[in-house]
Order: sequence, then C-alpha cells, then structure tokens
Amino acid sequence: MAKLDSKVPSGPLADKWQKHKTEIKLVNPANKRKYEVIVVGAGLAGSSAAATLAELGYKVKNFVFHDSPRRAHSIAAQGGINAAKNYQNDGDSVHRLFYDTLKGGDYRAREANVHRLAEVSVNIIDQCAAQGVPFAREYGGLLANRSFGGAQVSRTFYARGQTGQQLLLGAYSALSRMIGQGGVEMHNNSEMLDLVVVDGHAKGIIVRDLNTGVISRHSADAVILATGGYGNVFNLSTYARQSNATAIWRAYKRGACLANPCYTQIHPTCIPVSGDYQSKLTLMSESLRNDGRIWVPKKKEDAKKDPASIPEADRDYYLERIYPSFGNLAPRDVSSRAAMRMCDEGRGVGETGLGVYLDFADVIKRLGEPVVRERYGNLFDIYHEITAENAYKTPMRIFPAVHYTMGGLWVDYNLMSNIPGLFVLGEANFSDHGANRLGASALMQGLADGYFVIPYTIGNYLADQKPGSRPKTDGMEFKQAEENVSSMSQRLLANKGKEPVSHFHKRLGKIMWDHCGMARNKAGLEAALQKIPALREEFWANVKVPGSGDTLNQSLEQAGRVADYMELGELLCRDALTRDESCGGHFREEYQHPDGECKRDDEKFGHVAAWEYQGEGKTPLRNTEPLNYEFTKMSVRSYK
Amino acid sequence: MVAEQTSKKPFSVTLRVWRQAGPTVPGKFVDYPATNISPDMSFLEMLDVVNDELTKKGEEPIAIAHDCREGICGTCSCTINGKPHGPGKGVATCQTYMRSYREGDLILVEPFRARAFPVIKDLVTDRKAFDKIQQAGGFISVRTGAAPDANSIPVPKEDADLAMDAASCIGCGACVAACKNASAMLFVAAKVSQLGLLPQGQPERDKRVLAMVQTMDDAGFGNCTNQYECSAVCPKLISHDFIARLNRDYMAALFKARFRPTSNAAAGGA
Repeated sequence: MAKLDSKVPSGPLADKWQKHKTEIKLVNPANKRKYEVIVVGAGLAGSSAAATLAELGYKVKNFVFHDSPRRAHSIAAQGGINAAKNYQNDGDSVHRLFYDTLKGGDYRAREANVHRLAEVSVNIIDQCAAQGVPFAREYGGLLANRSFGGAQVSRTFYARGQTGQQLLLGAYSALSRMIGQGGVEMHNNSEMLDLVVVDGHAKGIIVRDLNTGVISRHSADAVILATGGYGNVFNLSTYARQSNATAIWRAYKRGACLANPCYTQIHPTCIPVSGDYQSKLTLMSESLRNDGRIWVPKKKEDAKKDPASIPEADRDYYLERIYPSFGNLAPRDVSSRAAMRMCDEGRGVGETGLGVYLDFADVIKRLGEPVVRERYGNLFDIYHEITAENAYKTPMRIFPAVHYTMGGLWVDYNLMSNIPGLFVLGEANFSDHGANRLGASALMQGLADGYFVIPYTIGNYLADQKPGSRPKTDGMEFKQAEENVSSMSQRLLANKGKEPVSHFHKRLGKIMWDHCGMARNKAGLEAALQKIPALREEFWANVKVPGSGDTLNQSLEQAGRVADYMELGELLCRDALTRDESCGGHFREEYQHPDGECKRDDEKFGHVAAWEYQGEGKTPLRNTEPLNYEFTKMSVRSYK
Repeated sequence: MVAEQTSKKPFSVTLRVWRQAGPTVPGKFVDYPATNISPDMSFLEMLDVVNDELTKKGEEPIAIAHDCREGICGTCSCTINGKPHGPGKGVATCQTYMRSYREGDLILVEPFRARAFPVIKDLVTDRKAFDKIQQAGGFISVRTGAAPDANSIPVPKEDADLAMDAASCIGCGACVAACKNASAMLFVAAKVSQLGLLPQGQPERDKRVLAMVQTMDDAGFGNCTNQYECSAVCPKLISHDFIARLNRDYMAALFKARFRPTSNAAAGGA
C-alpha cells in the first residue's frame, strides 16, 4: 500500500508557502552543477521547469517527442491566464482567486496547493511580461484583462486568442537561452517509454528516438514528468493528435499512483463533429462567452430551422435563465451538462442535433463588427475554415468536447509522487483543479509549477541525495526497463493483424464517450469495464503495425500509445464507478439534485483516490488521501 | 484561391505523393487514389484515410508531420500543388479542407524543400535549424523571479499589437519553402521585430539581431531578394514589412558594434 503523505505544511493557509520555502533544504550553488535532472515534456510546465532549473545551475536534460519544444500542445490554449493582480480594481485578491478555483473544482482539491497557485499567479504575469510576451494592453500601455467562467472579476490576461502560444513561446525562449548556454541538453523527437526505478527512487528513463528508432538509457538524480493529460483516451478531443499518456502510464506501472482519473473536463464550446473521419475537435475559446450568448430554440420543432427565422421570443437563453448571476459564464462542467440536457430534450441544433447556438448578434449590434473582429477575429476565422460558415452573420454552432484531465499522477505538496525523486508538473499531475478546472487556470498551473514551485521543492529532495550518487545506466534496472520497451515494440511490429491502430482508437473512444463521458451511470460503467478488456484483447490479436522499428514509424508510435489507452481507459471507468457521487467533471446520473446539479458525498468521498498498480491482470489498489478543509467550508456549489 | 465547393457529396482525387524512405536515399513520386472523400474532411483527415487503407494492404503509410490540427503548433508542413500549406490564404496544411478540391483532381504533395530542412522520411523534414536560430538570441535574458511588476513598464498599445502580429509566427518554415533562395528572413524578422518593438527587448537588441542573422547564415538559409513569397504563404499572414525592420536593426547594430566604446568590465570585473 502506497504511503500518501500530502506534506502540507502547518500554519495559517496564507503563510504555508512562505514558511515552507524558508524551511525546506537548499542545495548550494557549487553543488547544483553536480546534479542531473531529467525533464520530460516541454509544454508550459516542462519548458519553464527546464529553463529555471538550468538557470539555477542544475544540469538539465529535456526530452520531448516533438521536433521542437515550441510545438508542445500548451501552444493551442486560446483564451488566457488567470492572475490575482487586481489591476482592474474590481475586488480581486489572492484569496478570491484561491476561493474561486477551489469552489470551481467542486471542493476536491487540496486547499494549500490551490492557495499557493493563487499566490504565485501574480509572479507569472511579471515573468512573462519581462520575457516579451505581447499581452493585450489598454491605450495607456497597461495590461488588459477579460473575464472567464466561474469568476465575477476580470482577472484573465491574454494575447489575442493565442495566449497559450505566446506563453509557451516565452518559456521556449527561456529554454532556448539555456540550451544555447549549455545548461540544458535538449533531446527532440525523443519519446520516454519507461521509468527506471533504482532502490525505490526514480533515477532514469528509457527513450526511443522517433527518427532513428534507437532506444537509449538516461540516468539522473531526479526525474520530472511534465507530459500533459490523457484526454486522447477518448480519441476525439481538443488535444493534439500526438498528445498521449504513455509517460504517466508507464510511470504508473512502475508504482506511481494515478489519482482521480475520472475527473475529466468536457469543454462546452467546441465545433461539433461532422463525420466518422473526424480526427480532432476544435475549441472555440471560453472567452467568447464574454460576449456571445448561448441559446437553443424553445420549441423542438424549431431545432432544424434557420436560426435567423426564429424570433427572440422563441429562443431559450438557457444559461442566462438557469444561472442568472453567472449567465453565459457558468463554469465549464455546468455549461456542458446544460447543453447536453438541451440536446437530450430534442432542442439541439445542426444536422446531428448535437449542438447549441453561440450568438454574437447582440454584441455586434452594441459594439460593431470591427470591435468583435479585434477581440475574436482569429476564432471566427478558425470557425469559418472548419464549417464554411460566417459567424458574424449567423450564430456559431457549438457542442461540448473532451478538453482537459484534472486527474493525473498523485503528488505531494512538493509535487513529488509517491516514488521519491519522481516529480510531476502541469496537467500530468492531479493537484490543483479538484474535480473541475476553471478557464484560464491551466496555463497558470503549468507555469506556476515550472517557474515557481519545482525550483524550490526539488532542492529539498536533492539535498538528501549525495552528489554523484546517481546510478550508471548499465545496472539491472536500466537493462530490464530497456528490454521491456524493446519487447513491446517487437511484439507490435510482429503482430499479424489486419486493422490499423486508428480502428481500435476510434472504438475505444466511442466506449469511453458513451459510458464515461459527460454523464456516467453504474450500468454503463459496468458495461464499459466488460467492453474495454475485450477490445484490448482484440487490439493485441488484430492490430497491424507496418514498417520496422529502426526508422521513423508513426504507426508504431501510435500503437504504443493506444495500447496504453486501452489500459488507462479501464482504470478511468473503474475510478468513475467507485466514486459514488457527482462532483465537477465527474457526473454520475444517480447522484444529482432535482435541478440536475452535482450531488457530492463529502462524508464518503471527500478524499483523493490514488490508484496503485498491482501487476498485469490484477485489480489495482485504491488508496485514499483525505481532503482536510481547515480554512474553507465544503459547501454546495451554486452559480445561480 | 480556388472557389470552395458547397456540395456535401463525396468525391475522389488522385494524390501524387513524395515517398522517401530515409534521409540518405533518393525519393520519388507515387500515385495513390483517395476515394469517397467528404468535402468537410481536412486535408490531413483525407491522408489518414489513405494511410489506413495502405496499412490494411500491408504497405507502409505516408509519414507526415502533424499534431495540433488547428493551425497553431507549426508541425504540419506539406507543399501542396507547389504551394506550401496548400491553396488557402493564412492557413496551415491542417486547416486546408477538401472542399477546396474537385472530383478527379490530381494533387501533388511534397515536403517543404530547402537545404536547411533535410528530409527525414516522406513528407517529414528536419527543421531544427530554426531552434538553433532562437537559441542564438531569440529571447530576453530574464532569470525566473527577477522580473519587475508587469505594469511597471507600460507599452504603447500600437507597439504591443505590432509585436503580437510578429509573435504569431508558428515556426512552420513555409516562408523558407516558398522562397526561391530558401531564405529564413521572415522567420528571423518576426522574432527580432517582436522583441525589438518592446521596451523589455532593448538591452539586447543589437546583440540579438547580429547573433540570429549569423546563425541563420551558418545554417545554410539563403538571402532575401524581396520577392515576398514568404508572406504570401505564411499561415499567420506575417508581413514582409518586418524584414525591412530586421534589415534596419541589423545595419544599425553592425554600425554601432564598430563604433561602440567597450568597457573595461567586459574583460572581467571583480
């Protein structure tokens, strides 16, 4: 049974991080260069961590499967990044950002982690502005803000609809600087395929060079995973096609606990699916909900009509109606489920009936098309490319899609997993968003972890490791891990199947979406737990992976990732089935209030569920970490 | 740009695709039919279908670089019918939709071609020369934690907006592929301009432009002869005006480097 000690420091909530920073161990500057740290992933969390640790003097090796660290999927985040700057003088504060984030997460996150996140949020904006991130500004030259879901203040900083891109390029520039100076050894096109654990500590990884197929061993004094979320287990999502769970899943199989996998976020505003060939779903930023109004026809028979022909009186602006104080800016989980209820009632729009309108007619009338174009032009362009429709003239059609995973590898307050020496940052960990993440908080967390948390907390671990004590890569553990990797590749390549990998990924995605998507129930989850192992068996019997392992082989890459989803998907359903309550992104139909809102069970489930691998074919162990709310009251979330 | 079709009827095209097994072996064009294609499919989704059919036949699918499929990561990099990223204006390969094509079309699909971007396999090229240029100077040196309050340095909105225009570069390399000289001037100009327009970028402005241009030249990119194919194919419509800005900054930096007095501290202080 894994030991899950959150290591949350004692003392008043607002003082914990300060106190912790002054109490944890330091590594002296001359010793830092004797430590090697592996960072896997180069999104916001990975590149900010790699750059900062190198600045401090650690020897950093950064691995990324992309051809350049600038391509990590943080780049696609559109809307913004939250920070408690209170530049708008509208009553924001660290406490308010903390409270909104905790409440938005439906009281399933650690108080102390969330408070720290809110505290360092202000430093992130300073850091990024200094790096030359071209944030939106007012005419006076000061930074502009906008509002995002789940908040009643304007605290979101943005760079047009490309905030993720600009923040990532900022972190990439810091990383590039350190690569240029020799502080970071960069490994592009390099996918981590196993974690090496020596004497109970994470001390290395096994990597496949995607261009040459060469498998190599790398040792270090500590390993940091910043490899993103696992939303592609659903096949269709807003994730990039290559985003995958392989690094965290293989770490899980080496003993790292995977926490709350059932907390998955469905984003309410994505472009609806158009056909079976669909490879991804495109997000329309939440920022659009600042000015767009969401509606469906009041009458079912109007659902197929031209929206322009439906008079105002026959439209149901359902978010404004049900949640008058938050309106169109209700949190993501709440808005997604509301959209689904409208479609279930037969009032969904578009060819498939799986869509709702996001209408800009009012704001265009109020402010004029040029202002709307300046605010959201690139999003309207994306919408036009995909649907061939002009959203300045006719409302957008949107539908919820898988967007983010709040669950991830379990970490303590220091962001260290239950395997000593293994740290997990950004979306790959479970720590800050509870059961639902608010908009513009992912960028905040990724950069908080990488710039401002790990640089302190990793020292606390390394100070206890003797400099130069990291193992050589010729030991048993490295050899065994490498064999594990190459035998899996060989097995996939030698398989005499008939179907391409995508065939199985699509089918798994359908099972996941149908039974473990926006709403879940016991019978459906039990069915999924039958169907997934059967599909997994079929995958291994019938998958076809052409080509060889000693060259660029995209089928082989994809096959390994989908093989992992086949296992992860099952764990996700198992977690969802065990959690007999509804909270945030985990909605169990059996547990709801009469108005369709989540019904939590704090008594029984006011804890983190951290799953521990027990070996192939064995049921994993469910460990729990109680969530002790010392400073806030777990209350029923209301956005009405 | 071709008129897009409005019909939803599936149709068929022929692809003539560059196949090259590895960096050191010669490549050639091979024809593949793409049948039953929906006009709503993206170009990459059409290739997914073709690749699945090749896999089922036991043939190796076409290697192609792609990731976000929403035009922001800069991974996808096909030259389609001679134009990097295909027929659309201001879009990447992944944002090209099959409604731009007609029944019976022959579509030529190649990798981005430039000496500095060697082919790895089929349609995948090695663009690490771009990373090298960034590492030489595409940054503002600010240690984490050392930044002043973000609002302590106001930036005129016009400058911030222009910097954002330049910063929207996705690093795909279409500008290089379109240029007959395989010049990377638009790419370098975008980064130099972004940082040069902001007050935060001033201290290293001269050093940055000299280092980035030097690295660009060393990587084997050609010179700019002001034909502007680069901005014509740029998926983010980055203006070639930034190249003028780069040239001006470069000249100024060269001039200043010659006449700037050097401090004794440069030789090592206490």
